Amino acid sequence: MAKRTLVQEFTKGLWEQIPPFRLVLGLCPTLAVTKSLEGGWGMGVATTFVLVCSNVLISLLRPIIPPKIRVPVFILIIATFVVIVELVMKAYTPALSASLGVFIPLIVVNCIILGRAEAFASKNGVAASTADGLGIGIGFTLALAVLGSIRELVGTGALTIFSQADLGMRIIPLPEGQEFLFKFMVDPPGAFVMLGVMLMVMNIINERQAKAA
Amino acid sequence: MTAYMLLIVSAILVNNILLAQFLGNCPFLGTSNKMSTATGMAMAVTFVMTFAGAITWLVQRYMLIPYELEYLQTIAFILVIAALVQLVEIVLQKTAPALYQALGIFLPLITTNCAVLGVAIINIQKNYDMMETLVHSFASAIGFGLALVIFAGIRERFVLSRMPKVLQGTASGLITAGLMALIFQGFQGLF
Repeated sequence: MAKRTLVQEFTKGLWEQIPPFRLVLGLCPTLAVTKSLEGGWGMGVATTFVLVCSNVLISLLRPIIPPKIRVPVFILIIATFVVIVELVMKAYTPALSASLGVFIPLIVVNCIILGRAEAFASKNGVAASTADGLGIGIGFTLALAVLGSIRELVGTGALTIFSQADLGMRIIPLPEGQEFLFKFMVDPPGAFVMLGVMLMVMNIINERQAKAA
Repeated sequence: MTAYMLLIVSAILVNNILLAQFLGNCPFLGTSNKMSTATGMAMAVTFVMTFAGAITWLVQRYMLIPYELEYLQTIAFILVIAALVQLVEIVLQKTAPALYQALGIFLPLITTNCAVLGVAIINIQKNYDMMETLVHSFASAIGFGLALVIFAGIRERFVLSRMPKVLQGTASGLITAGLMALIFQGFQGLF
């Protein structure tokens, strides 16, 4: 593999290796928190923070981490940042923290983060690891926000941007007394089906590009 | 006794850990291409999840709460699970080589299986006592295994069918999982 520039390290996370589509990792939060746009971006931002911090720290510590116990060390570093996120969110965004629930502590076992630590940060310098973490993190946030928007829009006809500040809008007006349009989408099965459909759309776009090239 | 039965049925069918609570989806899609890997993964998870549930409960009850260290829950639990997985691996290798052969390659993967940590945290959140924790952890693991094995059975058939190229692999897997989740949602009518 040729040496990449920092910009390339950053942008590869946005399309070429965008999780959870290209790297089929981190599916649990993707499916669970994308009932609304808010859950999607909230989870994305929290994950990005942990990913960037752990990537930086691991790439700094890489000369002194003994290779044999590297995975427990990585997990411990990641867990530390997850606890920081957990406490900060509980203090400043209690509503969002409650709606994400058990999935905030579960960022520890999000395989995207451990995957990047193992595959990238433990082999590359600080600058490249930061760019990689930011790129993958923003790609993940985008994917979650898009999935969350589609599900919320089709399922309830509204979009919540930030419920604590009452930011949100109703896109599709509903008749009086009716609560949802297509409830399937905000229920668990809708998450699986919608993610599958999005993956299919990505595959179709890829095929078109390959044919054009 | 009725309470435990309800807990079991609810954890296996109604609140299935994979299809209703979205925990442990990475191994769900990753190890479901072949029936043999799926059963191996299901057994390894059952083993570790039951033990991890019990031990994390003890850690919470007798270490974190008395010393008011609840905010360290995430770090403590993930360390306990990682150590437990290592321990199980070593013990199995020495005492039950046949079982180790069957489960060996799945054990390291379990540390990062969010279902194990997820169930441990849910046990604490729901204020279960020791017995309920054991029952809930075991039943959740059975639910995981059930969904995984059914899913692997369906996916094995996919090899024989003609499918559009863009749907092959994960895309069709996810849509199948969606249909399965829909079926499991039907169990909500049980209560």
